[in-house]
Amino acid sequence: MRTVYLDNNATTAVAPEVLEAMLPFLRERYGNPSSMHAFGGDVGTDVERARGELAALLGAELTSEILFTSCGTESDNTAILSALEASPDRKQVITTRVEHPAVLSLVKHLERKGFEIVRIAVDRDGNLDMVELRAALSTRTAIVSVMWANNETGVVFPVEEIARMAHEVGAIFHTDAVQAVGKLPMDMKRSSIDLLSLSGHKLHAPKGVGALYIRRGTKFRPMVIGGHQERNRRGGTENVAGIVALGKAAELAGRHLGDEQTRVRALRDKLEQGLLERVPDTIVNGSRERRLPNTTNVSFEFVEGEAILLLLDRLGVCASSGSACTSGSLEPSHVLRAMGVPFTFAHGSVRLSLSRYNTDEDVAHVLRELPPVIARLREISPFSREHPVPDGPTTCPTTCGAK
Amino acid sequence: MAWDYSEKLKDHFFNPRNVGAMSDADGKGEVGSIACGDALTFFIKVNPKSKIIEKATFKTFGCGSAIASASALTEMVIGKTIEDALKITNQDIAEFLGGIPQEKMHCSVMGREALEAAVAAMRGEQRGPDVHDEGAIVCHCFGVTDQKIERAIRENNLRTAEQVTNYTKAGGGCGSCVPEIEAILAKVREEESRKPVPRPKPAGKMTQLKKIALIQETIEHEIRPVLQKDGGDLELVDIDGDTVHVTLVGHCAGCRSAGFTAGWIQDKMRELVADSIVIAFDETEGAAS
Repeated sequence: MRTVYLDNNATTAVAPEVLEAMLPFLRERYGNPSSMHAFGGDVGTDVERARGELAALLGAELTSEILFTSCGTESDNTAILSALEASPDRKQVITTRVEHPAVLSLVKHLERKGFEIVRIAVDRDGNLDMVELRAALSTRTAIVSVMWANNETGVVFPVEEIARMAHEVGAIFHTDAVQAVGKLPMDMKRSSIDLLSLSGHKLHAPKGVGALYIRRGTKFRPMVIGGHQERNRRGGTENVAGIVALGKAAELAGRHLGDEQTRVRALRDKLEQGLLERVPDTIVNGSRERRLPNTTNVSFEFVEGEAILLLLDRLGVCASSGSACTSGSLEPSHVLRAMGVPFTFAHGSVRLSLSRYNTDEDVAHVLRELPPVIARLREISPFSREHPVPDGPTTCPTTCGAK
Repeated sequence: MAWDYSEKLKDHFFNPRNVGAMSDADGKGEVGSIACGDALTFFIKVNPKSKIIEKATFKTFGCGSAIASASALTEMVIGKTIEDALKITNQDIAEFLGGIPQEKMHCSVMGREALEAAVAAMRGEQRGPDVHDEGAIVCHCFGVTDQKIERAIRENNLRTAEQVTNYTKAGGGCGSCVPEIEAILAKVREEESRKPVPRPKPAGKMTQLKKIALIQETIEHEIRPVLQKDGGDLELVDIDGDTVHVTLVGHCAGCRSAGFTAGWIQDKMRELVADSIVIAFDETEGAAS
């Protein structure tokens, strides 16, 4: 059966060129870059080349601004913990209600340890409440951490503007750009962002490698303490194969950025528009203007997301859902709840996220197969336009988003 | 997260049985809510003479295991009398499906509740859609009452707050009621520990000797202590195949006419010894003294 992979915000296929580039480092070139001998030392050259490739994708001024890590979560944790340690007189962290758990779970942990956490709300379109953000900023703020683009809806936040606002009170600005790198053009030379997290496996490198961009001059304290690797900013022998892979993936992403912005965007739009036309009582979650080019999050009223995914899976379509049953919890996604998406829609949300490997035929397949799946589940559902949901709360309490 | 669904559960999800509303239903039970992520409407058609459920259909809003649980329940109740259908527990639904992931046990609980609601509606009992939500709300995120939690704990022998969440959803939202759930768990466990421990019925065929021994044991440890508490007692007169001849004494001799004690004794025997047991009450004068 043909597999149509539309879950690229979860993870991506390793690009064939990336796999080729990394394989020698899993075979004959196994040296340790820290070694004095050339067998190891030469490997260090490849690590530095990868650093240069990633710096180029981000438009960083210096390659030394790139710190390799094991994943996006490590990068996020490092950024926030570093800022707090570097500014011991500031005890407040400002973030949003719609961050990835890599940030939200960490700040919850910090809250228990006595730090003050402010979580900025979003509106129905998923846009940040900038008034609330401005009001929260003060000289007590150690770090403001706001994702560049939301992983569930693809909504893009005004990170440059927020970075400048953070600097006005002397706070460090960090962005979780895991979903944005490779999909949006970036030029850190002209940016105000201090710290930026990214993950390899979201841009066609393998899992197990990430990076943190640290603007030169930003106060930094290491989280992983050990050897002198990464200029004493992260101990531990380098994941050489992963780093080389990330470098190659960054180079490819730079080359395909135009494709993301044009062809992938057009495919996404065709898919989204096609679903809205073919399936009644369907909405798009999140601003359709300020959004990643590859992501659409649609909700089908009266049906539940896990059931949709199970039926799609049988048709070879890989997607994800913000419904309660798929998240492993009992409540729908914290992002949709924070946006105030009504329950009748929140449980029936499906995220379709594309990559440069998707084709017109993929979109045609989904437009052919998905509408009957929704129709079938609506046959089973007790709710419909004719049998609307009885009165009761229609949205989830947004305080739950603070979990 | 990919769930580990059994083949039978998948079959009931991909090919659900008896889907649809029933316009001439005798009873219609609605449970769950779209806010909570699953809702079930269950319809039954009952033969007025035999009280046998002749038709059962459902409509479900929910995940794979919610749809499968409702589909399974229709197959389980069709052909059963109302009385027997009401004996179906959520565990029975789970077993019928070859197991349900722990985190999804609330789907089977919802099935059992919907059936009870349908029967209640048929009997004309004035109960709203929240028929099972009597008692005080413990979990405000999902509107779960202490009574529902207690029942789930007892019926499924739950041990932890996490299990209670899996079966009832209580505590699965903001989590602020978890201490309260733990208090209910402690209370129920304390109450259960004071009850005699029920021994599981032996599987397979028993020899007559073993059966006699088990009957005697059950009378001594399960039945007489309860009757004695109410000032009554019971004597074993004879065992003839599956027929157990007993005599009620003391207060029980008088209340036997209500049939309640008699029924309870027979149920207990069937539960702990064998389904075929019949209790015969001998009224000998001597035993009354």
